[in-house]
Amino acid sequence: MIELFHPKRDIPFMRFARSTIYVSIFFIVASIVLLATKGLNLGVDFTGGTVMEVSYPHPADVAGIRATLGKAGYPEVSVQNFGTSRDVLVRLPVKAGVTSAQLSEKVLLVLKQADASVLLKRVEFVGPQVGNELFADGALALLVVSIGIALYLALRFEWRFAVGAIFATAHDIFIVLGAFSLFQWEFSLTVLAAVLAIMGYSVNDTVVVFDRIRENFKKTRSDNVAAIMDNAKTATLSRTIITSGTTQLMVLSMLFLGGEVLYGFALALTIGIVVGTYSSVLVASPIVMWLGVSREDFIKKAVKPESGAMV
Amino acid sequence: MNRYPFWKYLVIGAALLISFLYTLPNFFGEVPAVQVMPVRTTEKVDTALLQRVEAALKAAGIASTGVALDARGVKARFASTDTQIKAKDTLQQALGPGYTVALNLLPASPAWLSSIGALPMNLGLDLRGGVHFLLQVDMPKALEKAAERYQGDIRTLLRENKVRYTGIGREGDRVAIKFRDGVQRDAARKAIETAYQELQLEDSPSGEEFVLTGSLKKQAQVKTQEYALQQNLTTLRNRVNELGVAEPVIQQQGIDRVVVQLPGVQDTAKAKEILGRTATLEIRMVDEERMQDATAVQAAAAGQAPFGTELFYERDGRPVLVKKNVVLTGDYITDAQPGFDNQTNQAAVHVNLDGRGARIFKNVTRENVGKRMAILLIEKGKTEVVTAPVIREEIGGGRVQITGMDSPQEASDVALLLRAGALAAPMEIVEERTVGPSLGADNIQRGVNSTLIGFAIVAVFMAVYYQLFGIISVLALATNLFLLVALLSMMQATLTLPGIAGIALTLGMAIDANVIIAERIREELRLGNSPQAAMAAGYERAWDTILDSNVTTLIAGVALFWLGSGPVRGFAVTLCLGILTSMFSAVMVSRAMVNLSYGRVKRLTKVSI
Repeated sequence: MIELFHPKRDIPFMRFARSTIYVSIFFIVASIVLLATKGLNLGVDFTGGTVMEVSYPHPADVAGIRATLGKAGYPEVSVQNFGTSRDVLVRLPVKAGVTSAQLSEKVLLVLKQADASVLLKRVEFVGPQVGNELFADGALALLVVSIGIALYLALRFEWRFAVGAIFATAHDIFIVLGAFSLFQWEFSLTVLAAVLAIMGYSVNDTVVVFDRIRENFKKTRSDNVAAIMDNAKTATLSRTIITSGTTQLMVLSMLFLGGEVLYGFALALTIGIVVGTYSSVLVASPIVMWLGVSREDFIKKAVKPESGAMV
Repeated sequence: MNRYPFWKYLVIGAALLISFLYTLPNFFGEVPAVQVMPVRTTEKVDTALLQRVEAALKAAGIASTGVALDARGVKARFASTDTQIKAKDTLQQALGPGYTVALNLLPASPAWLSSIGALPMNLGLDLRGGVHFLLQVDMPKALEKAAERYQGDIRTLLRENKVRYTGIGREGDRVAIKFRDGVQRDAARKAIETAYQELQLEDSPSGEEFVLTGSLKKQAQVKTQEYALQQNLTTLRNRVNELGVAEPVIQQQGIDRVVVQLPGVQDTAKAKEILGRTATLEIRMVDEERMQDATAVQAAAAGQAPFGTELFYERDGRPVLVKKNVVLTGDYITDAQPGFDNQTNQAAVHVNLDGRGARIFKNVTRENVGKRMAILLIEKGKTEVVTAPVIREEIGGGRVQITGMDSPQEASDVALLLRAGALAAPMEIVEERTVGPSLGADNIQRGVNSTLIGFAIVAVFMAVYYQLFGIISVLALATNLFLLVALLSMMQATLTLPGIAGIALTLGMAIDANVIIAERIREELRLGNSPQAAMAAGYERAWDTILDSNVTTLIAGVALFWLGSGPVRGFAVTLCLGILTSMFSAVMVSRAMVNLSYGRVKRLTKVSI
């Protein structure tokens, strides 16, 4: 039997609870400051505008393309390489008064005149109104998911666990968003989907630990909440690390092999899985403890016949 | 204790067999095909068309591997793309401009699979290449157009009722009528209220003048908007048919938007041009005198139409000489519905004209009883005579009945054409996503490769770390993949790149349930329980945890599906389905395998975990 994570004694996680929470609070505050000052580099999905992916049979002359488009009347255009030196991403902002979706064709025409070998691979045009709606829908989705998960946990566990899980999840979301703000990675619709998936993953991870804490509460006679939690976390540590490892393997495979469209999605998940694992072990349960959870909260439930507790 | 009753194996076996059958079509690939559809959506697709296609192919000596008829048209399969292209040209020539002949790819899975409804997943535009448009219908414009019509109607009505007004104008979607005194205004109000119950009338005090403003009631507004959207959808369908796209999607989204997806279309400029085109309808008089003169008709057919006339053809090919002078345009038509003639019970089309149109029509029909008038549809620079009925009597009131149709079906076709010739309200493209075919193929390969490579690494790790139990977990995970693909195929869901990402992510997370179970069994073993008891307890205790953790992820998935659009939805669908299938495969299927390996072993001393 191979065992990588099986400590002989319980690891005293809760002794470091204060420090781990401070670290988390520091990161959350830093993320909020970043989001407030630098903001997110929102993609065309949310701001509206046009993105074109073109490719050349030879390495592309980015500066030349920028100059050509500038001369043709598109000075606000952004041109950059991505992936290989032959692939170029052209971004055009929404112009006030210009609602035409035919902008991309005009730009392609200009590029074709400069170099006939250019090939159009992808166009995305989103009107500003649609962009705003997508953003509002995304924000609403975040809220609905939080409420739904909190309700379910309050029902299945206890309200303190719901608060702890939601705090841990919010922690993960803020840090992922903070990272996207710090490095100014593009925040697109698929990244938003990844953020929501991180919520699901993070809560999933937290719930497994919570589940063991609940089980320990029902089994034990001890009143030492910290020790009970440490025991639960040590018992599930192996599972926590292996699961986040296998999920991370899939996501990394997507990050390196999935191509341009999936890159942002995989990047968000990569960060999200790391912080999600950290928060489910070191952030969620200290909060539950400080909110004053005790053995009695579960013994009452254990009396009920349908729970079938085994002591 | 680690034994399943026989029925459980039966359930698992059945699920595996069904999922295998429904996953199968995805592996057969596609064969080149040609699809024939009538340009007009109202035209019937029947065995006659099938026979024409077969005959045309036979005449040209092109061998087809199968010609079949379905609801949308006739599909013919070919062995190679060369014959496919040859067949397309041949069929287009043989069938003429009334039919769209498009290149298509059809699933190559054997017929017995198709007959049980086992079809491959649809590929999204990001995987096969194509254009996606989101069009916004300008609803304020639709309401303004309606107000314009009422403006004319009210003017006629007031004149008929001898109510004196000083002016009538339109402010946005409201009609404002000015009067010199209150008596006239009240009289007008009474007349308008009885004639147009859908209007909301208000007196507005504006200095010395007496003003009556009319606007559509909320209910009527909604109806006008729905009508405008339906008409635009019909028009778009007709236009997309001309593009020769094999499987277009034209759908309503929300109350004022239309999604148009054209797989395989690369020429976005042409697509936009055709979608945005306006068609017009004209009513003109037939030049009866010159129609009598056979030489004039012949000369016209040769390109020498007599002065002041033009030659057009009816749908059955009969030539009609029509005067150049336009009597009415389609702008005056407010509605057209199929129905029957009250007296003769013949199929007919009832057309409603607005106030101004009705007056013109009344005058023209009075002067031309016994003559024919032609209704022309001008689209894409081509003019076609929809119908050319004889005027029996003077027609007033703006309600026109057109008879002379052969069948109720033809009547409804003509009504649709009259309605759908033009867009009810202008539309604007608010979202466009175009993916080139090479990028589409790239995307599939990348998505599938990254998933398979990730899967392989996870499988190796599991087998090494958990040995036999790890191998069982990997088999359960593979089952999960089969179940998921089978479900998606059964639902005929559209697979997109984010959808593939969803599959990859669920696979990564699905192994979690097996890890929870394995760790639990190890713990029980450490506590000194016998292997059989440890395995039973491991599965039992892990179940609660698996349920709780999966339900929370499911909540996130459902919210994503509910609020997400486009790419997010594809991801949400696979995520949600993946969670459900993983619970089945990780718990039931892996337990079955464990039971089969260990369940019957007496005095089991060691478990490979």
